[in-house]
Parts: sequence; structure tokens; C-alpha cells
Amino acid sequence: MRRSMLFIPGNNPSMIQNAPVLGADSIILDLEDAVSIDEKDSARYLVRNALLEIDFSGCERVVRINSIGTNFGYDDIDVIARVKPDALIIPKATEEGVEEVDELLSAIEREEGFKLGSIKIIPLIETAIGLEDVFNIVKSSKRVVAVLLGAEDLTADMEIKRTKEGEEIFYARSKVVSVCKALKVDAIDTPFTDVNDFEGLRKDSEKAKLIGMTGKAAINPRQIDIINEVFSPSKDDINWAKRVISAYEEAQREGKGVFSLDGKMVDAPILQRAKNIIEKAKAIGLIKG
Amino acid sequence: MINAVKREIPEYIEGYGKVKPFMGAYANYGEVRKVSTKLKSVKPGENKILSSIKEALLKCDIKDGMTVSFHHHLRNGDYVLNMVLEEIAKLGVKDITVAASSIFPCHAPLVEHIKNGVVTRIYANYMSGPVAEAVSKGLLKYPAIMHTHGGRARAIESGDLHIDIAFIAAPTCDSYGNINGVEGKSACGSLGYAIPDAMYADKVVAVTDNLVDYPACPIEISQEYVDYIVKVDEIGDPKGIVSGTTRITKDPVGLKIAKLAAQLIDESGLLKDGFSFQTGAGGTSLAVAAYVKDIMKRKNIKGSFAAGGITGYIVEMFEEGLFKALFDVQCFDLKAVESYKNNRAHQGMSASMYGNPHNKGAVVNNLDVMILGATEIDTDFNVNVTTGSNGIIMGGSGGHSDTAAGSKLSIVVTQLTKARLPIIVDKVTTVTTPGETIDAVVTERGIAINPRRTDLLEKLKDSNLPIYTIEELKAMAEKLTGIPEKIEFADKIVAIVEYRDGSVIDVVRQVR
Repeated sequence: MRRSMLFIPGNNPSMIQNAPVLGADSIILDLEDAVSIDEKDSARYLVRNALLEIDFSGCERVVRINSIGTNFGYDDIDVIARVKPDALIIPKATEEGVEEVDELLSAIEREEGFKLGSIKIIPLIETAIGLEDVFNIVKSSKRVVAVLLGAEDLTADMEIKRTKEGEEIFYARSKVVSVCKALKVDAIDTPFTDVNDFEGLRKDSEKAKLIGMTGKAAINPRQIDIINEVFSPSKDDINWAKRVISAYEEAQREGKGVFSLDGKMVDAPILQRAKNIIEKAKAIGLIKG
Repeated sequence: MINAVKREIPEYIEGYGKVKPFMGAYANYGEVRKVSTKLKSVKPGENKILSSIKEALLKCDIKDGMTVSFHHHLRNGDYVLNMVLEEIAKLGVKDITVAASSIFPCHAPLVEHIKNGVVTRIYANYMSGPVAEAVSKGLLKYPAIMHTHGGRARAIESGDLHIDIAFIAAPTCDSYGNINGVEGKSACGSLGYAIPDAMYADKVVAVTDNLVDYPACPIEISQEYVDYIVKVDEIGDPKGIVSGTTRITKDPVGLKIAKLAAQLIDESGLLKDGFSFQTGAGGTSLAVAAYVKDIMKRKNIKGSFAAGGITGYIVEMFEEGLFKALFDVQCFDLKAVESYKNNRAHQGMSASMYGNPHNKGAVVNNLDVMILGATEIDTDFNVNVTTGSNGIIMGGSGGHSDTAAGSKLSIVVTQLTKARLPIIVDKVTTVTTPGETIDAVVTERGIAINPRRTDLLEKLKDSNLPIYTIEELKAMAEKLTGIPEKIEFADKIVAIVEYRDGSVIDVVRQVR
């Protein structure tokens, strides 16, 4: 589950050490934008050692590597993949880039004796070409488990203004969501960059959830609670799902193939949605079982 | 001998006398006696206003071996202690005992008076900065005595600490000695810590930079206690007296701790109508208040009172109707001063009313929840807020031990590691507050409940809170930091930590 994915600068030892306690589902140890060029090497080894030594208490351990168009990117993969992170984020992802990372990871996994395919990939969609090719990017590797939308770079690439309201990224969000649903991977929304505007963060998260995003990246730990709350099933969702499932069970007992709830017919997709909500609520600990 | 917190302490300490060992937090309640005071009555027509501190010292017959007292409402902006000590030194008086409720870095000139024998004894509830370092290095002739806020009031009232001359830093004083802290350029709000000094000292001198016509209202310390009044240009630096605003931490780890603490308070069952609460002015402590406020508003809970040093944040909760009243011994910021001045339910309290265990019931006894800090806490839940990781004095109980003993639920909030050191240890360097009065420790990685609190453990058994044993938390900390080497101390005792009842809970030895 990736409701919240928190970026932590890869060159900040105390933040890395405290990352597991902040409540994010995933921690993204960032070797790219957060790290200046003269610190790339030291940050890479700091992140490597953190992955080896620190107990991340069940948080998904993700590393954003540098673009593989640069030497830093290849070095990042060679050093980081050998300590088996859960996933790598590939910046400015392209189909060819993801395929290349997949091959490099396979080679390292064989050398290190890891299970093939165990290190996952999350493409970061932050260019117009990446957005238009997102279906092929996801299809290009079985390692892809989610897509992260990066709206800051994307809007820069498209030469359009980035706004708090986010109308300019409606198409990008919709496109990413549609592909992710089609290919059964998570759709992670772009971060909300005003770290002191919590109302804005909530609205932005709700907007993303409404069109199908399953989680959101955070650039400040104080954003996590709101993101987790928005991307968790609400009490009403859970109650509705419980009622759908009990109506389904009753119909089963009575041997009915078709059943309804509150006067509306419940079909297979609705039943599946209810089951998904219950599963998610159990995973988060909102309901026991 | 070994006291009730398993500390080896001498039976007799040179410069202190026979040691009464700490026997337990609740061992010394019962019948007590207060001392009577000696005073010189004032005839009609007598003038109390003097021209200088020197004149006041001479009128009070200052001489070798006397005890002079000060209070710390002007905090790190206080000028009064330094002004008085300078005059005492000029008069050639030696062997003075300074009984200051707290000593701050601004009191650095005191170090010179310690070195040349003007000051040979110190009492304080809290000490930080150059004076604390000088004491830790063994420069003071006799061991310093560290009280709690309530314990200092007890010591004064019982006669254990006899004050010859009390100097009251008075933000406003009238020509006959009525004092308040809410008017004047050095306004600091409540003067709660000065009240026992004013009531029990042989002589009381008000030092003011705002001398006003009689009568100054409101009256916090009244004319019946004040012998002399001295007008000076400034009693303190307003920048050091109160901060403009006290702020909630933005540190995500501090916020995580605060959130867990608030959840613990909620699940303890104490957070209901009539709830009473105290927290410090630190960023994490204030964040606990913020999360508690959210819960109170969500559940429509109307609290009874908040107490202690009062911050603007607590005032906001009060103004929003979340508490019926505030008990204020010291204002931490300008908003608190303003509220104290204008709202009758924002009530002042003396140090004795706040935390003295030997009166007819202190405010701490009515506290539901107390949020505390710690520099170290051990697996017996004993807390050190007196010495730092280098063994040097950097604090003291203040109200720590008083509120821990009085409250129904005392919660220590702390990061599990600080500056690459584990905070939970086998044995704290100095015991300030006994573990029997600490109910829970909340860190960013989990909560430990004192095993003595079987009732609380039972209440929380189905909770989602991350509850561990204190040994498990210690192991988590050590996994991150390793185990630090022990500090080496010499034999010389540089300070005595008195528990609130006057027994000795620990001693501080000179660092090697």
C-alpha cells in the first residue's frame, strides 16, 4: 500500500534515521534533486549504509536514483541495488530507460543471489513524451508497481504555469490514472509543494483521489497525516462496503444470483470495489480481521 | 547510605550538614510547622523609598554570612541579582548565600563573586550557563543546593531556608511597596515565585524601574511585606524577560511524539469534562497541547484548569473555553502577561500554592495530566533534568518533581536519542525526579508505561498505541547509537539535589 510516499534527502543522516517513525507508507531516499552534484557520491554511500543498517519498521524503502542518462544514475544502480531496496524511482522515465534499468537490475540480482524481479521500479512521469508514452513505459517491465506523476518538471517541460489549483495537470493526472488502472499498478500523485498550506494539501489530495490516484508523494513529514487520511477509506466507505458484502453473503445463502442494496442492483464491479475497501481498511488497521 | 532511588549518599556533607535520605515520594506527609517571621513594624509617616541598592543593603544591616534571595520572573533578562551582588562585593561583605529561584546565563558575573569568596553558597531550583558550569567545576566553596519550585517554598516556610534579605524585582511598585508584574516596561506577569520570599524574609527590598503613585493596582505582593523600595533605571532586558510568542515545534519527530502523547492522554480516560493539564513552554510540550486541544474541541470537552508557567498557547485554549481557569506562577510570553492582566479567571499562584508538599494542598495535587521533559530517563523511570551528558549542571527540577508527584498521569516526552546519545539508560547520571512518580515515557518510536501503573496498562491493553517495555525502548535507542562511555566523576560533591520534601535524592559530583 502506498498512500503516502515521503521524500527524504539522501544526504541528511538524521532525517534518514528518523524516517521510519514519521508514518509514511513508503520512504523515498532521494539521490537526485535533493543532492547537489558535489555530494552525489557521499549521499549514495550514506543511503546504501542506511538501507543496510536501519530498521525501516515495515516502511517500503524506495530510492530515487539519478537519471540513467548520467554517470550518477549507473553508479546509483550499481551501489544501491546490491543492498536490495524495495524499489527504485526512475526520473524522467522513458520506455527504453525502464527496459535498461530492468536489465541492469536483473544482472545485479543474479550476481547477488537475489530473487529475480525482487527490486521493483516506479517510473517518474515528468516529461510530455513520458506522459504520452506512459502505457508502454509501464508495460516495458514486470517490475513496475506504480507510476509517480511529477508535475513540477512536467509543467516546465510543457511550458505552462504550475498552480495550486492544478487545473493544468488534470489531463496528466487522468492519463496516469487510466493507464495505472488498466495495467493494475498504483497511481501516485505529484507532491503539493506549499508545505505550510495544509488546507491546500487536503484539497489537492482529495482532487487527486477523486479521479483515481491511489496515493500521493510528500516532501515534508507534516504532510503525511493528511495524505494518509485522504487516501484511506472513510468510515462511510467502510460501512457501505460492509453492507454490500453482507448483502452479497445473504444473497449467496438464499441462492440468488443477482441482489440489490438500497434499491440498487449490486453487480460484480461494485462487489469488487467493496472488497477492495475492506482489504485496504484491514491493511491500515482501521478494522480488525 | 543508600536512599530509596538506590543512590549512595553520605550521611553528612560538609557545608550542608546531616543528610536526610530520600525515602519515597510520599514518605514525608503529615504534621509540619511553619516558622514565624521577624519584622520591623512601620510607623505612620515613615518613608520606604531609598536612593540606591547600597543604601538598602546598609539599612538591612548586610553582613558576612547572610542569605539574600532573588526570583526568576525576569529570566535571562534579569539585572537585579547582578546589581545587588555587585554592591555587596563593593561593600567588602563575604560568605554570602544566594538563594535564587533560578540562575540563568545572564548571571555570569556571579562567577567572579564565587571565585573571590563573596558568594560561598547557592540555592537554586534551576541553573544554566556559566554559574552552573562554575558550580560543576567545584569553584563554589560549599555544595549548591538544588530545590524544586514547591520544595523551595517548603524550605522557606519551614525555616530550612532562612532569608535575611529578599530582593523583589518589581515591574511596578508604588511608593509604599505594593507590587505587580503586569504594568511597566519590564512587565513579566505573575510573580508567584517571589511570594514566599516576600512573606518569610526578615527584610524585603523592592527594586523597580516603574515607581508609581500609591496605590499600584492590582496588588500582587502587598505593602505589608515590603520594607524598602529602590528605583533603578532598568530591572531587566525585556528581550530576555518574555518571548514575543512561544511556538509549537515544526520538527516532525517532535510532532510525532506530541501526537502519541495526546493519544495516550485520550486513551487514559482522563480527557473528559473537568480535565486539568500542565505542559511546559518547549516546542514539543506545546505541540502536545495543540493535539489535546484538537481532541477537546472534537469531543466538546470542557476542562477545569491549566497550570504552571503559562504560554500564549494555553491562553488561547482558555479563551476558547477549553479551560475554566488558569493557575499562573510565571508568564512565558506577552500574550500570557496580557491575559493575566485582564482576565480574573487567569489566576496567579505562589510557588507554595503551586507545588509545596507541606501545605494544605498544592495545585499540582489537582492536576490530571502533566507533560514533562527529560535529559535522561532510566529503566526505573527515574528522570534526570539536572545534569547534561557531560555531567555538568544544565538545569534542575523546577516544577518537574512537584508536578510528577501531584498529577494523576505524568508523561515524559522525549526523543529516543539526542545528539547521537540514547536518552533511556540503565542509571541516570543524576536523579532529579523519582521513577515512582513518572507514569509514562513517550518517544517517537514507542511508549513505555511504568509497570507500577497496572491500572493504566490494563486500560491500554487493547489500544493501538505502540507500547513497549522501557527496556525495549532502551534497546531500540542503543541499536541506533551504541552504548556511550560513562562520565567519570571525582569525589567532591558540588551540588545536592533535594527532593521537594527536603530529603536528599541525589548528589552531583565534580566532573573529572
